[in-house]
Amino acid sequence: MLLIHCPYCNKKRPEVEFAYAGEAHIERPNGINQLTMTDEEWSNFMFIRNNIRGEHAERWWHNSGCNMFFNAIRNTQTDKFIMTYKMGENLPTEKQIKAAKK
Amino acid sequence: MKFSAISLFANALSGHKKWPSQFPNKDPKKEYDVIIIGGGAHGLGAAYYLASKYGITNVAVLEKGWIGGGNTGRNTTIIRSNYLFDESAALYDHAVDLWDGLSQELNYNVMFSKRGVLMLAHNVHDVQSFKRHVYSNRLNDVDNQWLNPEECKEFCPPLDISSSRRYPVMGGALQMRAGTARHDSVAWGYARAASKLGVDIIQNCEVTGIRRDSLGNVAGVETAKGYLKSKKIGVSAAGNTSVVMEMAGLRFPLESYPLQALVSEPIKPVFPCVVMSNAVHAYISQSDKGELVIGAGTDQYTSYSQRGALHLQEHNLMSICEIFPIFKRMRMLRSWGGVVDVTPDRSPIVGKTPVGGLYVNCGWGTGGFKATPGAANMLAYTIKHNEPHKINAPFNLDRFIGGRLIDEAAAAAVAH
Repeated sequence: MLLIHCPYCNKKRPEVEFAYAGEAHIERPNGINQLTMTDEEWSNFMFIRNNIRGEHAERWWHNSGCNMFFNAIRNTQTDKFIMTYKMGENLPTEKQIKAAKK
Repeated sequence: MKFSAISLFANALSGHKKWPSQFPNKDPKKEYDVIIIGGGAHGLGAAYYLASKYGITNVAVLEKGWIGGGNTGRNTTIIRSNYLFDESAALYDHAVDLWDGLSQELNYNVMFSKRGVLMLAHNVHDVQSFKRHVYSNRLNDVDNQWLNPEECKEFCPPLDISSSRRYPVMGGALQMRAGTARHDSVAWGYARAASKLGVDIIQNCEVTGIRRDSLGNVAGVETAKGYLKSKKIGVSAAGNTSVVMEMAGLRFPLESYPLQALVSEPIKPVFPCVVMSNAVHAYISQSDKGELVIGAGTDQYTSYSQRGALHLQEHNLMSICEIFPIFKRMRMLRSWGGVVDVTPDRSPIVGKTPVGGLYVNCGWGTGGFKATPGAANMLAYTIKHNEPHKINAPFNLDRFIGGRLIDEAAAAAVAH
């Protein structure tokens, strides 16, 4: 079982308290764009995923804890969490990820 | 050499010390007509059918580890075709048709045992949904029948059908043509048969890049053993399909999840069939070695680590003990995990890609083993003709743009 650091509780808690919520930083198209979007663009938003083997940005939901969504960088080959950060924060740069690994 | 009663007898006389190796370990040639990436049973099968049915023998199968070491060797070997939709029924039933004669065709015993798969209904919704499956299957000429609780008990004696249980058995859908097979034998059998027809099986040869020509079509692959030219490449890389496709600049509607299974210590024959329960969330069968083979759903997060969390196994075993209290004191022998590539509609993708000369067979999610011969044949057909067969045509990549999904997720099982 993974131990996951919730950036809102600021605590490491067991995986069973959390629900995985898919790849992070996929923005839902805004209302005006939706009218002009092609099928390919919709497909990209709905279905296409990076499915990265390596450092993956993803959402987690602390549903049996503080009930907040947050983002994480996790290595999908080792399942090791590199960092977690609050919703609304930008995707960490490579430099930030490197620093978090230390 | 051909396996037969005579060869078995002759080798018994020499103490089974003179069996030749089943296929040679080869170094790659510089150029192939077709390269298959992924030496699981799907990839080896595709190479075999290319050589045997479609007359292309200058084929290489590239495997980064050892053949059959991925999901082929990590599944729970269940074979069935009782899928709801017409497209799925056709695809999976085609596979079962090929399973039927596979041991003879390959001259290799894949131990396909049609012991029947029983899917239990525990509530009114299950009953309605499974009966719908049965009727739909019958319209598609797929064998499936409805059993009442007493008939279920008769078919599978370890079952407890008393109405006092938390999840009472209200009936079940039984597919008699379904069953299990020996997974390793499928990989080895295809490898041996393909190799005999001239296919090169190259292990420890990871693909690191896909080169494309000036028109954008594939030109060859970079591998751990150097650059290999080929104008046609079939990708059969299961959980790692997204990684391989990225080499060709494609993003796929796939996510890779860990899927775990476990076996108990071996015991005498006690369990005659395969039983699945979607409501309680587990399935079970007994291998020929005597181990109870148990599985359920995937872990919740994407991962390539080939292992999952312990609490999922606990949940899985709780479900088994709920349905079969007689197994409460069994001890588990080992557990393992594979990486399964799951599509948004839980149906596979078999066909062409936007890149010329690049073909794919992926997205089988938690249920690829049962489809092995069918998927392999469809990939081989598509590579040969540069057009999909009518069976795999609906399973194209474009359905995620056009919206014609084959949404088995809502109807299908926990475990496929």
